[in-house]
Amino acid sequence: MKHGRYPFILSFLALPVGLYAWLVILPFAQAFQISLTDWSGSSNSFDYIGFDNYVNLFKDERFVLPALRHTGIILVVLPVATIALGLFFAFMLNLGGRSRQGRIEGVAGSRFHKVVYFFPQVLSVAIVGILWKQVYAPENFGGLITGTLSAIGLPSPVNGFLADKRFVLAAVIGVLVWSAVGFYLVFFSSAMASIPRDIYEAAIIDGAGRFQMFFKITLPLLWDSVQTAWIYLSIVALDVFVLVYLMTPEQGGPDTASEVVGGVIWKYAFKHGEQAFASAIGVVLFFAALSLAVVSLRFGRREQIEY
Amino acid sequence: MATETPVKPPAEAPAKTRASGAPREGAVLNFFSQGFLWLWSLMVIVPVVWIVMSSFKTTREIASAPLALPESFHWQNFANAWTNGHIGAFFLNTLQVMVFSVTGTMLLGAMAAYVLARYQFFGNRIIYFGFAAGMMFPVFLALFPLFKTLGNVGLLNTYTGLIIVYIAYSLPFTVFFLTAFFRTLPTGVAEAAIVDGAGHYRLFFQVMLPMAKPGLIAITIFNIIGQWNQFLLPLVLMGRNPDDAVISQGLANLAMRQGYEGDSGALFAGTVLAMIPIFIAYVLFQRQIQEGLTAGAIK
Repeated sequence: MKHGRYPFILSFLALPVGLYAWLVILPFAQAFQISLTDWSGSSNSFDYIGFDNYVNLFKDERFVLPALRHTGIILVVLPVATIALGLFFAFMLNLGGRSRQGRIEGVAGSRFHKVVYFFPQVLSVAIVGILWKQVYAPENFGGLITGTLSAIGLPSPVNGFLADKRFVLAAVIGVLVWSAVGFYLVFFSSAMASIPRDIYEAAIIDGAGRFQMFFKITLPLLWDSVQTAWIYLSIVALDVFVLVYLMTPEQGGPDTASEVVGGVIWKYAFKHGEQAFASAIGVVLFFAALSLAVVSLRFGRREQIEY
Repeated sequence: MATETPVKPPAEAPAKTRASGAPREGAVLNFFSQGFLWLWSLMVIVPVVWIVMSSFKTTREIASAPLALPESFHWQNFANAWTNGHIGAFFLNTLQVMVFSVTGTMLLGAMAAYVLARYQFFGNRIIYFGFAAGMMFPVFLALFPLFKTLGNVGLLNTYTGLIIVYIAYSLPFTVFFLTAFFRTLPTGVAEAAIVDGAGHYRLFFQVMLPMAKPGLIAITIFNIIGQWNQFLLPLVLMGRNPDDAVISQGLANLAMRQGYEGDSGALFAGTVLAMIPIFIAYVLFQRQIQEGLTAGAIK
């Protein structure tokens, strides 16, 4: 079995590694290189200008600074809201109820809720965008929320929620949480399934209520999963753009009120023809993602518990 | 992979224990949390049902009576979406791409993962981490160089180009996940096959692949959903000819056009048409889909 080993390895790796290197690694490497030039993207000539793009991007008050601020907000709100809701739902749907035998299980209707909550996860972002754009639409376009508000006699923004600077970012984050919660519900559910039920039964016998069960047993034992979820959601938060592109006016508006980092890269690269500048923003985004992952892995570690 | 400890039903738990825990929390808390669970379910169901309802209305009804039921079933919307909106063509385009891209991803991913998991050689770790690191890259950073790369070899605005890009960008997760999976497979069967004279290739295709079936299915589902929903890559790489669009891109184009032509009835009908296959697949396979999508997260 020793013979033919290396030809075999080579024949199996050549295509996947080659394709990956050519279409993933190389473009990323080129982006780093481009970020140090003044290349517009269309001409054939460019000069190396060092880190000027990086210096300039922190002075760009038109797009980059608002985008950094908004992405920062999403980076905090999206993981916190999604994880809190995901944990709460997972707990209620798996452990929140008591059957007649004193057995621990989900509250009534758990299976139904789980199937429903997860559904947005399989919808394409285009469908989600179209759906919610109409939900948030102004009243004279038949928006669901504005229509409902006026039906019960409450005021609503005249141009709908997405054309209003005060609401647009919150509206986008709401959709992000809406589609992500189901995934983390299922994710936390399977982590909860591996916690032995004896622990809960012992706690119940000792008189623990659901609050105590959640905060003293479930949460500490799920810490690793929470941390993984945090990293995933951070990466999602940094990559937010398609929903902004599909839903908001001027694809980041009104008046940059929903501008995000991904969108700014898009605009500079494909609309304003400032490829080098766009790449520099992308590189900053890359290091932000990297350091987030490193930091949360480093400082989030807790002792492992084997059941 | 999930290390699920099988949960033993506590058969011996006596019915009496119940009295100690439950009543103290009070009906208020129960009512509140039950109410909240139903509220979230409604938040998912209502917009979806509402858009289905709207797809049967005339465009004027959609704007003037958003909360009302359709006056009559306006099937014309669906005909418009199918013919003028090209939803049918977008379906076929997507299918045409995904037959090759998903098959390619799974084949190349399984090959690389198998070698990385079961063979020791110089560079193994580097290649493995090279793939794993790809999961962290923000796609934005690569979009423009990728656009240029494909343009240089004449694959821009072609399905071949889109297919190989889908494969390349699906590989990191696929390889990462399948490597872990191949490592968990028992070595005994492989050794027996070698004793029986199977070569490296036969061992992979006839012994290891069938054994890895659960992992392969999970990750295939993951890739099907991921590639079906892909938006950014086709937007950049298939931008020239709107008729070649894949489904999510085609829908988005329809939504953009709707701004000028104002046929929101057809737009919602198109959205509903695009939702139907996903909905059917979800209802039929919801357990497998949930497992497939979350499988990678649970190591």
